Amino acid sequence: MNLSEVAQSGGLFSYAPLIIAFPILGLLINMIFGRRLGERFVGITASSAVVLSFIVAILQFIALLGEPEGAQVMMADWITIGSLSVPWALKVDSLSVTMILMVTGVSALIHIYAIGYMHDDVRFQGDPGRFARFFIFFNLFVAAMMVLVSANNYLMMFVGWEGVGLCSYLLIGFWYEKGEGGIANAIAGKKAFVVNRIGDFGFLIAMFLIFWTFGTLQFEEVFHLAEHGEVASLGMLTAITLFMLLGVTGKSAQIPLFVWLPDAMAGPTPVSALIHAATMVTAGIYLIVRNNVLFGLAHTSSDVVAIIGAVTAFVAATIAVGQFDIKRVLAYSTISQLGFMVAAAGIGAYVAAIFHLVTHAFFKALLFLSAGSVIVGLEHGLHDSGHHGEGDHHDEDGHHDFDPNDMRNMGGLRTKMKTTFLVYLVGALALTGIPPLAGFFSKDEILADANQEFMAIYILLAIAAIFTAFYMGRQVLMVFFGDPRSDAAKRARENPPVMTLPLIGLAILAVVGGGLNLPGIHSLTDWLEHTLAHVHATEFNLFVAVLSTVLALIAIWIAWTVYGRRFLQEGQPDPLRKILGPLFTVFENKYWVDEFYDLIIVRPYVSLAAFFADVIDWRFWHDWFHDTIIARSFRGTARWLAEGFDLPVIDGAANGLANVVKSFSTRLRALQTGYVRNYALSLFVGLILVLSYILFR
Amino acid sequence: MNVPTSYLLALSGVLFVIGAMGVLTRRNAIVIFMSIELMLNSANLAFIAFARSFVDLQGQVMVFFVIAVAAAEVAVGLALIVSIFRTKQSIDVDQISSLKG
Amino acid sequence: MTQDLILFIILAVIVIITAVSMLLSRNAVYSAMFLVLNFITVAVIYLLLNAAFIAMVQVTVYAGAIMVLFLFVIMLLGAEKAAKGESLSWQPPLAILLGGALLMEFAYILFVRQTDLISSVESVTKKFGSPESIGDLLFDRYLVPFEITSILLLVAMIGAIIITHRGKKEPQ
Repeated sequence: MNLSEVAQSGGLFSYAPLIIAFPILGLLINMIFGRRLGERFVGITASSAVVLSFIVAILQFIALLGEPEGAQVMMADWITIGSLSVPWALKVDSLSVTMILMVTGVSALIHIYAIGYMHDDVRFQGDPGRFARFFIFFNLFVAAMMVLVSANNYLMMFVGWEGVGLCSYLLIGFWYEKGEGGIANAIAGKKAFVVNRIGDFGFLIAMFLIFWTFGTLQFEEVFHLAEHGEVASLGMLTAITLFMLLGVTGKSAQIPLFVWLPDAMAGPTPVSALIHAATMVTAGIYLIVRNNVLFGLAHTSSDVVAIIGAVTAFVAATIAVGQFDIKRVLAYSTISQLGFMVAAAGIGAYVAAIFHLVTHAFFKALLFLSAGSVIVGLEHGLHDSGHHGEGDHHDEDGHHDFDPNDMRNMGGLRTKMKTTFLVYLVGALALTGIPPLAGFFSKDEILADANQEFMAIYILLAIAAIFTAFYMGRQVLMVFFGDPRSDAAKRARENPPVMTLPLIGLAILAVVGGGLNLPGIHSLTDWLEHTLAHVHATEFNLFVAVLSTVLALIAIWIAWTVYGRRFLQEGQPDPLRKILGPLFTVFENKYWVDEFYDLIIVRPYVSLAAFFADVIDWRFWHDWFHDTIIARSFRGTARWLAEGFDLPVIDGAANGLANVVKSFSTRLRALQTGYVRNYALSLFVGLILVLSYILFR
Repeated sequence: MNVPTSYLLALSGVLFVIGAMGVLTRRNAIVIFMSIELMLNSANLAFIAFARSFVDLQGQVMVFFVIAVAAAEVAVGLALIVSIFRTKQSIDVDQISSLKG
Repeated sequence: MTQDLILFIILAVIVIITAVSMLLSRNAVYSAMFLVLNFITVAVIYLLLNAAFIAMVQVTVYAGAIMVLFLFVIMLLGAEKAAKGESLSWQPPLAILLGGALLMEFAYILFVRQTDLISSVESVTKKFGSPESIGDLLFDRYLVPFEITSILLLVAMIGAIIITHRGKKEPQ
C-alpha cells in the first residue's frame, strides 16, 4: 500500500467525507422534492448543505491545529488491479483544508445571494420552474470541487476536475435557449467544455506518465519517489509538469486556453462569481501547488509556468481596459489575476500564490456579486420605466435591445444603490492593491518574490498591476458616477437584504483578509509549511510595496482625468478611444484571439468533420460501399442462390428423387399381376432357390 | 417289400413335381386343389417309406394326422370355391385378379 | 431284379401315369377319377410297406370321402369343362422348366449325395402297421394331437357351413 497512510486517525478527521456528502445530499433532496416544496425550501436546503460543509471544514481545521501533519481518510477502495491501487480517500492537510474553507465559505455566501438573485432572474427570463435546477447544479459543483481539492490521488482529483468542468458547462448554458440567435448561451457552454477538454487531455497525459514512471497515482507515494527514489529522469519530470501545465491553462484560463472565460459570462452572475472567479478557476493553481515537489524538480517547466502566467496577466489586463460589458471587464480581470497566481507558483512562491488565491476569491466574488446586483437593479429600473424585458424591445431571437450589462447604459448609481456602491468600491480598491485591504498584501507578496527571483516577471506583473488599477477606476467611474445614461439607470433601486448582506460579508472579508499572511507574522506560511516542501517566508520588500502603491494611485488618477473630470454622457463614445486610437480597438477586440482560433483551428476542423461526414461517411461508405457493393452483391448472391442453385439443384434433386421412386415403383408394380398362379410360381421359384442354396452352399 | 428307400423317395419326388405342375399350370380351381392333394399324398408316401425303413411307427401316425387335416382342409377349401363361384360364376382362377397392381 | 422291385416298378408306373393323366385331362371329372385311381394305387404301395391301417384309411378317407366331396362340388358347380381363352401363355413352359429343375435337384440329393439310406430293410413283425399298434401310439403318446385334430375337424365343418351360408333370400 502507500507509505504514510494515517487512516482515520483522530476522531475529527473521520468526519471529513461529510464535506462531500452534504452537498450531494442537498442536491438529491432538491432533485426529488424541490419542485413541490417551493423556492424558499430549495434555496434553504442548498445553502444549508454548503454551510454544513463549511462547519465540518472548520472541524477539520481544528483537528489540524492539534495534528498539523494532517491525515488521509479512507472512504472506499476504488481500483485495485495489480500494483495500481486507487482508493476513494481524502487527504486532509493544511493545503486542502485551506482550499476547502475558502470554497465552502465563499460558496455559502454566494448560495444565499443566489436565492435572491435567481428569484428575480427566473422571472426576468420567463421560466420560474428552473429555480430548483440551478441550485441542484450549484450543489453538484460544490461537491465536485470538494472531491477535487481533497483527493489524495490523481485519478480522484481528475474526477473532481471533470466534475467542475461539467457543472461549469451546465451552469453557463443554464439559459440554453437564450442569448444571441437563441443559441449563444449554449454555444458559450460548449466552448467552455471543449476548451477545458483540451486542458484535460494534458492532465490525462500527465497522469499516464506519472503512472508509467512511478507506478502509483497517490500523491504521497509519487512525491516521495520523485524526491528520494531514482525513478524519474529530468526529461520525464519536465514532460509530466508541462502536460499538467496544459491542464492548468485550460482550467485556470491562461494563454492559450483562456478564451472560454469571457464567453462564460453568459451564465447567471452567481455562477460567474463562484465558478469563474473564486473556485473552479483556482483548481489549476491548486494543482501546481499540490505538485510543488515535481515542479520544484523540473526547473524548466517552472520557468515556463511563470512566463505564461506573467504574459497572461499582462495581456488580459490590457484587454480589460477596452471592454464595455461590466462582467467582461471582471472576467478579464480574473484571467489577469489568475496569471498573477500562476506566475507566483511558477517562481516557487507557492504560499504567495495560495494567499492571493484566497484574497482574490473574496474580492472577486464580491465584485461579481455586486455587478450582479447592479444588473438586477437596472433590470428593475427597466421594468419600472415601462419597458418589460420581454416586451417592446424584444425581437424574435430573444435579443434585448437594451443590454443591462453594458456600462454605457449605467451611471450615477452611486446615489441609487448605495450599499452596492460601497461594497463595490471596497472590492475595487482591494483588487487594485491599496493598503491595508487584502489585495495589497497578497499581490505585494507576489511582487516581492518576483522581484527577488525573476526580474522580467516582476516587470510584467507590475505593468499589469498598473492596468488593473486603471480599468477598475474606469469601471467604478463609469458605473457609479456622473448622470444616469438611460431610463433604467434613472429608475434603478437597491436590492433586498438577501442579496446585500452576503455582499457586506464578502466586503468585510476583503478588508480583513490580508491578516492571513501579514509580513512578519506569516501565519499562512507557517500553516502551509506542513504540507509544502521548500517553503520560505517572503521578506517584506518596502521598495516594492511603496512602488506598487504609488503606481496604482497614479493609475487611478489617470482614470479620473479621463472619466471623472467630465463624466461620460449618454451616447458619447469612450474618450479613451481618442487617446489610444487604434490601440483601443485592439484592446476592445481582445487581440482578435477568438477570430484567430476560429480561422486556424475551428474552421478547418469543422470542414474536416464535414468532409468526413458527408463525403466519406455518407457518399463513399453509405452510398457507394453499402448500396453498391454490399447490397448489390447480396442481392445478386440471393438471386443466384434462388434461381441458379435452389431451383435446378435442390428442386431437381427433390423432384428427381421422386421421379426415380415413381419409375421404380411403376416397374415394380408389374410384379403384382393379380394372378394367383403367378404368385404360386414365385413360391415355387423360391422353394427351388432355397433348396439349391442349402444343397450347394 | 424290399425296395431301396431311395426309389420310394424318388417316386415321392416325382409325384410332388407333378402336383406342383398341376398347381402352376391348370386354371380350374378344383383341379388345382386336387393337385395340392396329390402333393400331400406324395409327402405321405415319403413318410410311410421312412417309417418302414427305420421301423418306427411314428411315421404312420404322422400320415394319419396328415390325412385328417387334409380332409378338413378340403372341406373348407371347397366351401371357399363354392362361395367364390357364387360371386364370379366361374372357377377360373385367372378371373380372380382384381388385386392386379 | 427281385419280385419286390418288379412289383414296385409296375405300381410306380401306374401311379405316375394316373397322376399325369389327372394333370392333362380337360374334363375335371376325369381328373378326379384318375386321382382316385392314383390314391388307390398308392394305398396298395402302403400295404406293401406294412402300413395296413394307413392304407385302409387312405382308401376310406382320401379316396372315399375326399374325392367324393370333390366330385360333388364339380357336379354342383358344373365345372367339368375346361376354361376357355388363353392367358399367361408363358407360365406353363416356365413351370415345366422349373419342375424339371426341381427334379434334377431331387435326383441330385438322392443319387449323387449318397446319404445313408438303407437299401435293404430288415423285416418287421406282423403287428407293425396294424390298427392295434397305431392305436397304441395314437392314444398314448399322440393323444393331445388326436383330440386337437378332432376339434380341427369340427371347426372345419363349422367353417364350411358358415362360408357357404347364404344370407336371407334376396330377390334375384
